Amino acid sequence: MHKQILDQLIKDRADKRAVALATNLVTGEEVVLYPSGAPKNELEQQVNIALREDRARTVETAEGEVFINVFNPPLRLLIAGAVHIAQPLARMAALTGYDVTIIDPRRAFATADRFPGVTLLSEWPDAGVAALQPDARTAIVTLTHDPKLDDAALHTALNSDSFYIGCLGSKKTHAARLERLRMAGFDEAALARIHGPVGLAIGAKSPAEIAVSILAQLTATLRGGAVS
Amino acid sequence: MMENHDRVLEQAALWRAEGAGVALATVTATWGSAPRPAGSQLAVHADGRMIGSVSGGCIEGAVVVEAQDIIQTGKPRLLEFGVSNSQAWEVGLACGGRIKVFVERVE
Repeated sequence: MHKQILDQLIKDRADKRAVALATNLVTGEEVVLYPSGAPKNELEQQVNIALREDRARTVETAEGEVFINVFNPPLRLLIAGAVHIAQPLARMAALTGYDVTIIDPRRAFATADRFPGVTLLSEWPDAGVAALQPDARTAIVTLTHDPKLDDAALHTALNSDSFYIGCLGSKKTHAARLERLRMAGFDEAALARIHGPVGLAIGAKSPAEIAVSILAQLTATLRGGAVS
Repeated sequence: MMENHDRVLEQAALWRAEGAGVALATVTATWGSAPRPAGSQLAVHADGRMIGSVSGGCIEGAVVVEAQDIIQTGKPRLLEFGVSNSQAWEVGLACGGRIKVFVERVE
Protein backbone atom coordinates (compact mmCIF):
# COMPACT_ATOMS: atom_id res chain seq x y z
CA MET A 1 0.00 0.00 0.00
CA HIS A 2 1.39 3.35 -1.02
CA LYS A 3 1.79 5.89 1.77
CA GLN A 4 -0.38 8.39 -0.19
CA ILE A 5 -3.25 5.89 -0.22
CA LEU A 6 -2.91 5.22 3.51
CA ASP A 7 -2.79 8.97 4.21
CA GLN A 8 -5.86 9.56 2.02
CA LEU A 9 -7.85 6.88 3.88
CA ILE A 10 -6.84 8.37 7.23
CA LYS A 11 -7.78 11.87 6.07
CA ASP A 12 -11.17 10.75 4.73
CA ARG A 13 -11.90 8.95 8.00
CA ALA A 14 -10.93 12.04 9.99
CA ASP A 15 -13.20 14.12 7.74
CA LYS A 16 -15.98 11.53 8.24
CA ARG A 17 -16.32 10.92 4.53
CA ALA A 18 -17.42 7.50 3.22
CA VAL A 19 -14.52 5.93 1.32
CA ALA A 20 -13.64 2.55 -0.18
CA LEU A 21 -10.33 0.92 -1.02
CA ALA A 22 -10.21 -1.44 -3.99
CA THR A 23 -7.27 -3.85 -3.89
CA ASN A 24 -6.34 -6.20 -6.72
CA LEU A 25 -5.54 -9.37 -4.81
CA VAL A 26 -3.24 -10.63 -7.58
CA THR A 27 -1.12 -7.55 -8.25
CA GLY A 28 -1.62 -5.62 -5.01
CA GLU A 29 -2.62 -2.51 -7.01
CA GLU A 30 -4.90 -0.20 -5.07
CA VAL A 31 -7.27 2.67 -5.72
CA VAL A 32 -9.31 4.87 -3.38
CA LEU A 33 -12.95 5.28 -4.45
CA TYR A 34 -15.97 7.24 -3.24
CA PRO A 35 -19.71 6.74 -3.57
CA SER A 36 -20.74 7.69 -7.08
CA GLY A 37 -24.08 9.15 -8.15
CA ALA A 38 -23.44 7.97 -11.69
CA PRO A 39 -21.19 4.87 -11.57
CA LYS A 40 -19.04 4.69 -14.70
CA ASN A 41 -18.16 1.00 -14.44
CA GLU A 42 -18.81 -2.27 -12.63
CA LEU A 43 -16.24 -1.48 -9.93
CA GLU A 44 -17.87 1.85 -9.03
CA GLN A 45 -21.26 0.11 -8.88
CA GLN A 46 -19.84 -2.52 -6.53
CA VAL A 47 -18.28 0.21 -4.37
CA ASN A 48 -21.69 1.86 -4.06
CA ILE A 49 -23.26 -1.43 -2.95
CA ALA A 50 -20.48 -2.19 -0.48
CA LEU A 51 -20.75 1.26 1.13
CA ARG A 52 -24.54 1.10 1.24
CA GLU A 53 -24.46 -2.33 2.90
CA ASP A 54 -21.47 -1.31 5.03
CA ARG A 55 -19.88 -4.62 4.11
CA ALA A 56 -16.62 -5.46 2.34
CA ARG A 57 -16.87 -7.60 -0.79
CA THR A 58 -14.75 -9.27 -3.44
CA VAL A 59 -15.55 -8.83 -7.13
CA GLU A 60 -14.25 -10.65 -10.20
CA THR A 61 -12.73 -8.39 -12.84
CA ALA A 62 -10.80 -8.94 -16.06
CA GLU A 63 -7.64 -8.15 -14.07
CA GLY A 64 -8.41 -10.71 -11.35
CA GLU A 65 -10.12 -10.63 -7.98
CA VAL A 66 -10.57 -7.17 -6.49
CA PHE A 67 -11.33 -6.76 -2.80
CA ILE A 68 -13.40 -3.70 -1.84
CA ASN A 69 -12.97 -2.61 1.76
CA VAL A 70 -15.38 0.00 3.13
CA PHE A 71 -14.69 2.78 5.57
CA ASN A 72 -18.01 4.42 6.36
CA PRO A 73 -18.10 7.31 8.79
CA PRO A 74 -18.83 6.09 12.31
CA LEU A 75 -22.38 5.42 13.44
CA ARG A 76 -23.72 8.35 15.43
CA LEU A 77 -25.50 8.46 18.74
CA LEU A 78 -27.36 11.64 19.67
CA ILE A 79 -28.24 11.85 23.35
CA ALA A 80 -30.80 14.38 24.52
CA GLY A 81 -30.04 15.14 28.14
CA ALA A 82 -26.62 15.58 29.75
CA VAL A 83 -27.80 13.61 32.79
CA HIS A 84 -25.95 11.06 34.93
CA ILE A 85 -26.82 8.08 32.68
CA ALA A 86 -25.41 9.99 29.72
CA GLN A 87 -21.93 9.86 31.29
CA PRO A 88 -21.38 6.07 31.13
CA LEU A 89 -23.54 5.84 27.97
CA ALA A 90 -21.34 8.32 26.08
CA ARG A 91 -18.14 6.50 27.08
CA MET A 92 -19.44 3.00 26.35
CA ALA A 93 -20.97 4.12 23.05
CA ALA A 94 -17.62 5.61 21.99
CA LEU A 95 -15.96 2.26 22.80
CA THR A 96 -18.61 0.55 20.69
CA GLY A 97 -17.73 2.77 17.74
CA TYR A 98 -20.30 5.56 17.92
CA ASP A 99 -19.58 9.21 17.34
CA VAL A 100 -21.49 10.67 20.29
CA THR A 101 -23.12 14.10 20.61
CA ILE A 102 -24.94 15.19 23.74
CA ILE A 103 -27.62 17.84 23.37
CA ASP A 104 -28.80 19.83 26.38
CA PRO A 105 -29.63 23.53 26.65
CA ARG A 106 -29.01 23.46 30.41
CA ARG A 107 -25.43 24.61 30.78
CA ALA A 108 -25.09 23.28 34.32
CA PHE A 109 -25.49 19.74 32.95
CA ALA A 110 -23.64 19.89 29.63
CA THR A 111 -20.14 20.65 30.86
CA ALA A 112 -16.77 19.41 29.63
CA ASP A 113 -15.98 18.38 33.23
CA ARG A 114 -18.85 15.93 33.24
CA PHE A 115 -18.27 14.78 29.64
CA PRO A 116 -14.56 14.91 28.81
CA GLY A 117 -13.88 14.42 25.10
CA VAL A 118 -17.57 14.29 24.16
CA THR A 119 -19.15 16.73 21.70
CA LEU A 120 -21.69 18.88 23.57
CA LEU A 121 -24.37 20.88 21.86
CA SER A 122 -26.02 23.59 23.94
CA GLU A 123 -29.27 23.70 22.02
CA TRP A 124 -32.91 22.93 22.53
CA PRO A 125 -33.19 19.21 21.51
CA ASP A 126 -35.45 19.72 18.47
CA ALA A 127 -33.10 22.29 16.97
CA GLY A 128 -30.04 20.30 18.08
CA VAL A 129 -31.21 17.01 16.59
CA ALA A 130 -32.38 18.73 13.39
CA ALA A 131 -29.05 20.53 12.98
CA LEU A 132 -27.23 17.19 13.11
CA GLN A 133 -29.40 15.77 10.28
CA PRO A 134 -29.91 12.25 11.61
CA ASP A 135 -29.75 9.56 8.92
CA ALA A 136 -30.07 5.77 8.73
CA ARG A 137 -26.70 5.42 10.55
CA THR A 138 -27.85 7.55 13.50
CA ALA A 139 -29.41 6.51 16.82
CA ILE A 140 -31.23 8.92 19.11
CA VAL A 141 -31.80 8.44 22.83
CA THR A 142 -33.69 10.82 25.12
CA LEU A 143 -32.79 10.80 28.79
CA THR A 144 -34.06 14.05 30.30
CA HIS A 145 -37.39 12.87 31.83
CA ASP A 146 -38.61 16.35 30.96
CA PRO A 147 -41.38 16.25 28.31
CA LYS A 148 -40.47 19.74 27.11
CA LEU A 149 -36.99 18.51 26.19
CA ASP A 150 -37.63 14.84 25.32
CA ASP A 151 -40.69 15.45 23.16
CA ALA A 152 -38.89 18.17 21.24
CA ALA A 153 -36.12 15.71 20.37
CA LEU A 154 -38.64 13.00 19.52
CA HIS A 155 -40.59 15.11 17.06
CA THR A 156 -37.43 15.63 15.05
CA ALA A 157 -36.26 12.02 15.53
CA LEU A 158 -39.54 10.56 14.28
CA ASN A 159 -39.31 12.66 11.13
CA SER A 160 -35.82 11.28 10.38
CA ASP A 161 -34.50 7.93 9.08
CA SER A 162 -32.65 7.21 12.34
CA PHE A 163 -32.32 3.46 12.86
CA TYR A 164 -32.99 3.57 16.60
CA ILE A 165 -35.01 5.83 18.88
CA GLY A 166 -35.06 5.14 22.62
CA CYS A 167 -36.66 7.00 25.52
CA LEU A 168 -35.83 6.71 29.18
CA GLY A 169 -38.81 6.58 31.51
CA SER A 170 -41.15 4.14 33.23
CA LYS A 171 -43.96 2.31 31.43
CA LYS A 172 -46.36 4.90 32.82
CA THR A 173 -44.20 7.81 31.64
CA HIS A 174 -43.87 6.15 28.27
CA ALA A 175 -47.63 5.62 27.89
CA ALA A 176 -48.17 9.33 28.62
CA ARG A 177 -45.47 10.20 26.12
CA LEU A 178 -47.09 8.09 23.39
CA GLU A 179 -50.41 9.77 24.09
CA ARG A 180 -48.86 13.23 23.68
CA LEU A 181 -47.25 12.13 20.41
CA ARG A 182 -50.58 10.77 19.13
CA MET A 183 -52.17 14.12 19.94
CA ALA A 184 -49.34 15.76 18.01
CA GLY A 185 -50.33 13.71 14.97
CA PHE A 186 -47.88 10.79 14.91
CA ASP A 187 -49.40 7.49 13.76
CA GLU A 188 -48.93 4.06 15.34
CA ALA A 189 -46.25 3.05 12.83
CA ALA A 190 -44.19 6.06 13.89
CA LEU A 191 -44.74 5.37 17.59
CA ALA A 192 -43.74 1.73 17.12
CA ARG A 193 -40.23 2.93 16.22
CA ILE A 194 -39.71 4.15 19.77
CA HIS A 195 -38.03 1.83 22.25
CA GLY A 196 -39.57 2.72 25.59
CA PRO A 197 -38.82 2.16 28.35
CA VAL A 198 -35.37 2.28 26.75
CA GLY A 199 -32.97 -0.67 26.88
CA LEU A 200 -33.21 -4.43 27.22
CA ALA A 201 -34.91 -5.69 30.35
CA ILE A 202 -31.82 -6.99 32.15
CA GLY A 203 -32.74 -5.59 35.54
CA ALA A 204 -30.28 -2.71 35.19
CA LYS A 205 -30.09 -0.45 38.25
CA SER A 206 -27.02 1.81 38.12
CA PRO A 207 -26.46 4.40 35.37
CA ALA A 208 -23.68 2.23 33.92
CA GLU A 209 -25.90 -0.87 33.88
CA ILE A 210 -28.67 1.11 32.19
CA ALA A 211 -26.10 2.23 29.60
CA VAL A 212 -25.24 -1.45 28.97
CA SER A 213 -28.93 -2.27 28.46
CA ILE A 214 -29.34 0.64 26.02
CA LEU A 215 -26.23 -0.30 24.03
CA ALA A 216 -27.31 -3.95 23.91
CA GLN A 217 -30.69 -2.92 22.47
CA LEU A 218 -29.01 -0.55 20.02
CA THR A 219 -26.70 -3.32 18.84
CA ALA A 220 -29.55 -5.83 18.50
CA THR A 221 -31.50 -3.30 16.41
CA LEU A 222 -28.51 -2.43 14.24
CA ARG A 223 -27.40 -6.01 13.59
CA GLY A 224 -30.83 -7.62 13.51
CA GLY A 225 -29.82 -9.85 16.38
CA ALA A 226 -32.29 -12.00 18.29
CA VAL A 227 -32.85 -10.97 21.88
CA SER A 228 -33.39 -14.00 24.09
CA MET B 1 -13.41 10.54 20.24
CA MET B 2 -12.05 7.52 18.32
CA GLU B 3 -11.06 4.53 20.38
CA ASN B 4 -7.55 3.18 20.24
CA HIS B 5 -8.63 -0.29 19.05
CA ASP B 6 -10.16 1.28 15.93
CA ARG B 7 -7.01 3.19 15.01
CA VAL B 8 -5.28 0.52 12.94
CA LEU B 9 -4.55 2.68 9.87
CA GLU B 10 -3.53 5.65 12.01
CA GLN B 11 -1.08 3.51 14.00
CA ALA B 12 0.33 2.01 10.79
CA ALA B 13 0.99 5.53 9.49
CA LEU B 14 2.61 6.56 12.78
CA TRP B 15 4.98 3.58 12.77
CA ARG B 16 5.82 4.25 9.11
CA ALA B 17 6.51 7.91 9.89
CA GLU B 18 8.96 6.76 12.57
CA GLY B 19 10.85 4.94 9.82
CA ALA B 20 9.78 1.42 10.78
CA GLY B 21 8.80 -1.30 8.32
CA VAL B 22 5.05 -1.85 8.51
CA ALA B 23 2.63 -4.34 6.98
CA LEU B 24 -1.13 -4.29 6.84
CA ALA B 25 -3.18 -7.50 6.99
CA THR B 26 -6.84 -7.46 5.90
CA VAL B 27 -9.44 -10.23 6.07
CA THR B 28 -10.79 -10.51 2.51
CA ALA B 29 -13.11 -13.49 2.81
CA THR B 30 -14.58 -15.77 5.46
CA TRP B 31 -16.44 -19.08 5.41
CA GLY B 32 -18.25 -20.63 8.34
CA SER B 33 -17.96 -19.18 11.79
CA ALA B 34 -15.01 -16.84 11.37
CA PRO B 35 -14.50 -14.51 14.33
CA ARG B 36 -13.88 -11.27 12.42
CA PRO B 37 -15.70 -10.17 9.23
CA ALA B 38 -14.10 -9.31 5.88
CA GLY B 39 -12.47 -5.90 6.08
CA SER B 40 -11.03 -6.42 9.57
CA GLN B 41 -7.43 -5.25 9.76
CA LEU B 42 -4.21 -5.84 11.67
CA ALA B 43 -1.18 -3.57 11.36
CA VAL B 44 2.20 -5.18 12.04
CA HIS B 45 5.42 -3.39 13.02
CA ALA B 46 8.69 -4.94 11.81
CA ASP B 47 9.57 -5.66 15.46
CA GLY B 48 6.43 -7.77 15.90
CA ARG B 49 4.16 -5.26 17.59
CA MET B 50 0.59 -5.28 16.31
CA ILE B 51 -2.70 -3.42 16.55
CA GLY B 52 -6.15 -4.58 15.45
CA SER B 53 -7.10 -8.17 14.65
CA VAL B 54 -7.95 -10.59 11.85
CA SER B 55 -9.29 -13.35 14.09
CA GLY B 56 -10.02 -14.00 17.72
CA GLY B 57 -6.31 -14.37 18.35
CA CYS B 58 -5.97 -17.78 16.69
CA ILE B 59 -3.87 -16.80 13.67
CA GLU B 60 -2.41 -13.40 14.53
CA GLY B 61 0.91 -15.02 15.48
CA ALA B 62 1.23 -16.66 12.07
CA VAL B 63 0.15 -13.48 10.27
CA VAL B 64 2.82 -11.46 12.11
CA VAL B 65 5.52 -13.91 10.97
CA GLU B 66 4.32 -13.69 7.34
CA ALA B 67 4.03 -9.91 7.63
CA GLN B 68 7.61 -9.58 8.83
CA ASP B 69 8.71 -11.51 5.74
CA ILE B 70 6.55 -9.31 3.47
CA ILE B 71 8.07 -6.19 5.08
CA GLN B 72 11.43 -7.54 3.81
CA THR B 73 10.39 -8.60 0.30
CA GLY B 74 7.64 -6.05 -0.44
CA LYS B 75 5.62 -8.74 -2.22
CA PRO B 76 1.98 -8.82 -1.09
CA ARG B 77 0.51 -12.23 -0.35
CA LEU B 78 -2.96 -13.74 0.06
CA LEU B 79 -2.89 -16.19 2.98
CA GLU B 80 -5.52 -18.79 3.72
CA PHE B 81 -6.24 -20.33 7.09
CA GLY B 82 -8.57 -23.22 7.80
CA VAL B 83 -9.66 -25.38 10.65
CA SER B 84 -6.92 -26.37 13.02
CA ASN B 85 -6.53 -29.97 14.08
CA SER B 86 -5.00 -31.35 17.21
CA GLN B 87 -1.43 -31.04 15.97
CA ALA B 88 -0.01 -28.22 18.00
CA TRP B 89 2.28 -26.91 15.26
CA GLU B 90 -0.54 -26.22 12.84
CA VAL B 91 -2.05 -22.75 12.79
CA GLY B 92 -5.76 -22.57 12.29
CA LEU B 93 -9.13 -21.52 13.56
CA ALA B 94 -10.51 -23.57 16.41
CA CYS B 95 -14.03 -22.33 15.62
CA GLY B 96 -14.13 -24.32 12.37
CA GLY B 97 -14.12 -21.35 10.02
CA ARG B 98 -11.86 -20.58 7.09
CA ILE B 99 -10.51 -17.13 6.20
CA LYS B 100 -8.34 -15.40 3.63
CA VAL B 101 -6.01 -12.63 4.71
CA PHE B 102 -4.26 -10.23 2.32
CA VAL B 103 -0.94 -8.96 3.65
CA GLU B 104 0.86 -6.01 2.07
CA ARG B 105 3.74 -3.75 2.94
CA VAL B 106 3.10 -0.06 3.63
CA GLU B 107 5.48 1.68 1.23
